[in-house]
Amino acid sequence: MITTNIITLVYIISSILFILGIKRLSSPKTARSGNLISSLAMFLAILITILDNSTLKLSWIIIGLIVGASIGILMAKLVKMTAMPQMVALFNGFGGLASALISSQEFTRLANIGKFSIYSGSTIILSVIIGTITFTGSIIAFLKLQELIPTNPILIPFRNILNIFLLIITISIGFILLLTNTHVFIYYLIILGLLLGILIVIPIGGADMPVVIALLNSYSGIAAAFTGFALNNTILIICGSLVGASGLILTKIMTKAMNRSLMNVITGGFGQKITETQNSISQNAQTFKSINTVDTAILLEYSENIIIVPGYGLAVAQAQHSIKELSEILESKGCNIKYAIHPVAGRMPGHMNVLLAEANISYDKLYDLQQINDQFVTTDVAIVIGANDVTNPDARNNKNSPIYGMPILNVDKAKNIIVLKRSMNTGFSGIDNKLFYIDKTSMLFGDAKDSIEGITRELKES
Amino acid sequence: MENLLILIMIFALALFLGYELITKIPPTLHTPLMSGSNAISGIVIIGSIIILKNGDGRIMEIIGFGALILSTINVVGGFLVTDRMLSMFKKTENNHKK
Repeated sequence: MITTNIITLVYIISSILFILGIKRLSSPKTARSGNLISSLAMFLAILITILDNSTLKLSWIIIGLIVGASIGILMAKLVKMTAMPQMVALFNGFGGLASALISSQEFTRLANIGKFSIYSGSTIILSVIIGTITFTGSIIAFLKLQELIPTNPILIPFRNILNIFLLIITISIGFILLLTNTHVFIYYLIILGLLLGILIVIPIGGADMPVVIALLNSYSGIAAAFTGFALNNTILIICGSLVGASGLILTKIMTKAMNRSLMNVITGGFGQKITETQNSISQNAQTFKSINTVDTAILLEYSENIIIVPGYGLAVAQAQHSIKELSEILESKGCNIKYAIHPVAGRMPGHMNVLLAEANISYDKLYDLQQINDQFVTTDVAIVIGANDVTNPDARNNKNSPIYGMPILNVDKAKNIIVLKRSMNTGFSGIDNKLFYIDKTSMLFGDAKDSIEGITRELKES
Repeated sequence: MENLLILIMIFALALFLGYELITKIPPTLHTPLMSGSNAISGIVIIGSIIILKNGDGRIMEIIGFGALILSTINVVGGFLVTDRMLSMFKKTENNHKK
């Protein structure tokens, strides 16, 4: 038998360890130990909860833990780094669904023993709604990122009115449930929450996924916190709100990097509207220069400062390792190489950094927007690989551009610019990039990986 | 009611603490931060254990068991994949030698 005091004490220790663990994430040097501390905190909290007051159903608990852990281990080991966003989305969804299930059962339990109150009821309702929205929202995000359903916005007519209508119904049912304590209404809430999750995420395009994943991350935390309220459990509240805050901050960073409001992202359909209006403009014949790998190699060989600007296209072409090889050769020839990473490069916050870290590129060479933007002026060559909208000078200069005001990498300030691209097609937002047409820019067409390997070959021979 | 107020206070303080902690994390580590914090939100695993224990009736046990499996995947997978990612973040001075 373990007294509640001991349990509370262990929960306090766990909470402190969680906070220390997150704190250590502030530097790549200490981050790994931080994650270890967090997992230790989790282990302690789970252990004390299992040991608490009875060994009742212990075998079920152990079986559940083994099954879940096996699936978790497999997923974590097998996932490719490019697929990280969809896996985090899936995990968010699982967490959200677990919260909703737990709260719905707590509701039944409280109703059975007649201890249902407005307070416990309202937290249960919030947890169920947010948890179910997180679940289906994450599943849709997963399907889009995995490209099992079309990544472009799927627009349902009157979707915003429909969503608001559904939300009002959901809240109303929540109130009816609170006041009448009618059992079946919790199931209506679950169904409505599941439906809302689908409808909220389905109109959001692939390029906006970083925002969606960050937001769902936050939701999964908030759902856990409300489950904590429902169960009267402090550690759930503490951890849930820490994660909720984390997701909200990342959401804010992402929307800021896109110069859009959260509302604008959620109402969806960003990519499509622009394609229609802009295509007519981009039809104007504009001239661009192209370059081959031989000339690129020569140009790079005589350059001192080089900045590489990677985008999601780099990951799609699986060119991380080739770029590492190219960097090494250039560094051996005395070039100074840096990487400029825009916050929305990749499919989730910080995705590009992980992909480059996987290719063994030292993290002190990775620079974010603020750190590197002033350095483009003194850069001999900027190499843009698979990045588009985040380098478009229109965001700075052209008030009529749909991306006007979005913070961009000042690639156009470099002395020479080389853009690796498959063709002259536009980026995700469908906007033509002015960078391609300025005098200093040369286009190197072809598969990014092949082009980079071509340049490396030339450099090796010279 | 008093208890509720204490819980709300904990909630508010943890939100502020989270805000302070997370704004200090560099963009380089944002993906591991997300997967790591995702694993932490798997703390609902505790809720599923409690429900499974206190559960009376088949349905409640089955649902509790399902929640337990889901949250265990979340916790174990989340921490492991974060560790896998963080192990790749290296500062490699010796690479310059070549």
